[in-house]
Amino acid sequence: MPIESPQLERPQSQKRLLRLKLNGRWREDAVAENQLLVDYLRDVAALTGVKTGCDGGECGACTVLIDDEAVPSCITLAARCDGRAIETIEGLARQGRPTRLQRAFHEKLGAQCGFCTPGMIMAAEGLLRRNPHPTEADVRTALSGNLCRCTGYVKIIESVLVAAETAP
Amino acid sequence: MTAVTVSGKARGVPLIDGIDKVTGRARYTADLDHAGALIGRIFRSPVSHGEIVRLDVSKARALDGVVAVVTGADCPHTYGVLPVAMNEYPLARERVRYRGEPIAAVAAVDAETAARAIGLIECEVRELPAYYTSAQARAPDAVQLHANKPGNLEREVHHEFGDVKAGFAAADLVREAQISCAEVNHAQIEPHACLADYNPLTGRLTMQSVSQVGYYLHLMLARCLEMDTSRIRIIKPFIGGGFGARAEVLNFEIVTALLARAATGKVLTKLTREENFLTHRARPQTDIKLKLGMRGDGRLTACECEVVQRGGAYAGYGIVTILYAGALLQGLYDIPAVKYDGYRVYANLPPCGAMRGHGGVDSRHAFECLLDRMARELSLDPFAVRRANLLEAPTRTLNDLMVNSYGLGECLDRVERASRWRERIGTLPAGKGLGMACSHYVSGAAKPVHWTGEPHAAVNVRLDFDGGVTALTGAADIGQGSSTMVAIAVAETLGIALDQVRVIAGDSAITPKDNGAYSSRITFMVGNAAIDAARKLKSILTGEAARKLEARVEDIECIAETFRVGTGGQASLPFIDVVKAALADRGPITVSGTFTCPPEAQGGKHRGGAVGSTMGFSYAAQVVEVSIDDATSSVSVDKVWVALDCGHAINPLAVEGQIEGSVWMGLGQALSEETHYVNGLPAHASILEYRVPTMAESPPIKVEIVESHDPNGPFGAKEASEGALAGFPPALVNAVANALGIDLDELPVTPDRIHQALLERRRAKRLAAVQEALS
Repeated sequence: MPIESPQLERPQSQKRLLRLKLNGRWREDAVAENQLLVDYLRDVAALTGVKTGCDGGECGACTVLIDDEAVPSCITLAARCDGRAIETIEGLARQGRPTRLQRAFHEKLGAQCGFCTPGMIMAAEGLLRRNPHPTEADVRTALSGNLCRCTGYVKIIESVLVAAETAP
Repeated sequence: MTAVTVSGKARGVPLIDGIDKVTGRARYTADLDHAGALIGRIFRSPVSHGEIVRLDVSKARALDGVVAVVTGADCPHTYGVLPVAMNEYPLARERVRYRGEPIAAVAAVDAETAARAIGLIECEVRELPAYYTSAQARAPDAVQLHANKPGNLEREVHHEFGDVKAGFAAADLVREAQISCAEVNHAQIEPHACLADYNPLTGRLTMQSVSQVGYYLHLMLARCLEMDTSRIRIIKPFIGGGFGARAEVLNFEIVTALLARAATGKVLTKLTREENFLTHRARPQTDIKLKLGMRGDGRLTACECEVVQRGGAYAGYGIVTILYAGALLQGLYDIPAVKYDGYRVYANLPPCGAMRGHGGVDSRHAFECLLDRMARELSLDPFAVRRANLLEAPTRTLNDLMVNSYGLGECLDRVERASRWRERIGTLPAGKGLGMACSHYVSGAAKPVHWTGEPHAAVNVRLDFDGGVTALTGAADIGQGSSTMVAIAVAETLGIALDQVRVIAGDSAITPKDNGAYSSRITFMVGNAAIDAARKLKSILTGEAARKLEARVEDIECIAETFRVGTGGQASLPFIDVVKAALADRGPITVSGTFTCPPEAQGGKHRGGAVGSTMGFSYAAQVVEVSIDDATSSVSVDKVWVALDCGHAINPLAVEGQIEGSVWMGLGQALSEETHYVNGLPAHASILEYRVPTMAESPPIKVEIVESHDPNGPFGAKEASEGALAGFPPALVNAVANALGIDLDELPVTPDRIHQALLERRRAKRLAAVQEALS
């Protein structure tokens, strides 16, 4: 029985100029119109803290903030971010000082293998910006799109709540 | 050995590589600098079983941007786990045995070109009958998947210990159960990836991969590429979880190395999530027939168990898995007679392998469920029935497993108290239930897979002019915190601060060989080796301090980085001064520490007796509280109380994390995780279809650490990462039985299975009522 795989002939995508504020700094790049934000961040901006864990929009490992809102960057087109502020895990620590969320994840063992951690922390950061004092139920709802396979989530929830408690 | 706490921090310490993980600095395989690397991609079998009649890669090879194409013709060597069961080629030759099996691979300048090249590969397969269940594969007229395996059986195991017949004759109650558990997958969040770099000028290959077993990867690359092991270097980047998914060498790793050599350069292969599910190597679909004999007081008299595992198309760890399923019936309770029949079956599905709790989980599930059912029939409390069968350490089980420390009794006491079992059992409102179960796991397989005669673990500790202590270990930290454990073991032994110790892990050019992260061996074996190395270094430094302080060696102590004569002594020297004196004498110092499990720990003399053997078992008991929605039949877990005897918690924070994670992984298997194939095509191959529990449905888990101080463990420690997993599914099923009065025979406990069981009970009641009315 002959088997033929479908031919993958993709039309060459047009490039366009993308101007965005990435981790606090404006920058411009020529990006293909079909380039995903996650690929732009990892391959163009070299921000490999942004992870890919699934085949699209399932695991949350690629979560970044777009204008303070947590979004999976693997189902977002880079070109749609023109003029917007993008933040990744690399942008959180200032002058080598981790944020309280990062410290809490470290000290409370909110990270084991650490692969889901950048996305998890960015989702938590998004939550704390709109709701600085969440309940446990708020945390569970806000982070339910971010999967972790190591922790059973117990210490992740503790980390977020501890970070919220120590909020100024 | 005395118990220690980490520099007074009784709750433990964060992971030494934790800051890198929370700041995004940690580089996983896909994050490595792959400038100039080609992209590897695999062409996979579109059918479940067949003979390759024609394979034409010429059009793919001719495509602009394609640098290398490899097929089965490029590698005539099999690979695998056990030397006796390597029956798999990295790229299929002549025959394919599951849908998704690699047949060819390309390396191209970018992912798009690689994908197009895959589309240009022409492959003609003459299909053979394919089998998707153990029963189909074992049918008398079934075509054999492997020529030397009649009946499609990879291994049959028949073990009998004690007088089983007499045991059942002595029982007041004999009951049987038939229980089946769905196949599950590790679903580690980091997808498989590797980066192979072949230098044609030096003939050297460097491989960076997600492997938990760098040493085995090293051996298999040498075998499949016909290379001298000294020309291969394996480096472990950060690894995003393992759970056994990477506890054996995987086809894509060898394929990528073949591509790199063919392309004379660097190749990066990243598997999609779908390909991760195709690569599989996880817990097999399992059918268990279990028969237990019990006296009226709950004392077990005999156990008879048959296990059938649908192992998939190739051997992998299969022989080990089917042996574990029988061996681990013992070691938890005192059972006077045990008979075990195991069948590992080949089927036309992705190969199974090792997954957290390897081999023991499904038979333990059946055992703990049936134990509860019989307790109920005898009006015994589930805790009482388990207490009636406790072992007494030290002892050897019927199948010759050593039990040197045994904290199960205390685990039972602790969770009974924490969950307020006695006050609450039987008093919960409708739709709520409590269930419990016990479990155990090995602290490292006492007999290594390769009997090379070498130590079972080795750690080097280095000291140079900078005064920093560097521990070199081949042990793969895959997130469980093993590098932190090594740092603590060295720091505690030397009497220096934890941050004075740097750990370099997993680089075959630098670190000593390590068998890898599997069978929960690292803390026990590598921990002991680390202590041994640190003691050797300490002895050198103490000698030096004694000389400088003009005191006797036995009077020297190092506490808080200061060498002193006696505890209250006046004369003292800072650590760094002693280091400098030692270096002046000897030059840079490297000491090697080792650990080997003695022969008496390596299991019985019966065939397969090595599997299950260990220096120390962890023990766990847990209570699960559930609520069942009357309208949807869906189960939610309200809370879990778990106690685990890990001997001694070297890092209590990490131990807690491991226990929580393993209980929760058991929860996934119990509630929602299951693979599903349609004519060999995985219908579950995404994280949306394969239902890993989210934060919204994951319960609070209350952990109690029990310390039985194992006489051989490092500081008395045993494993903590796997033992609690197997107890969750039965505790949950027992809780559902407590809530609804139905006994479920299948995992996972999905709403449709509960609904079906409730319907059947209603039907049975109605039928009984009708029959009563008629009579």
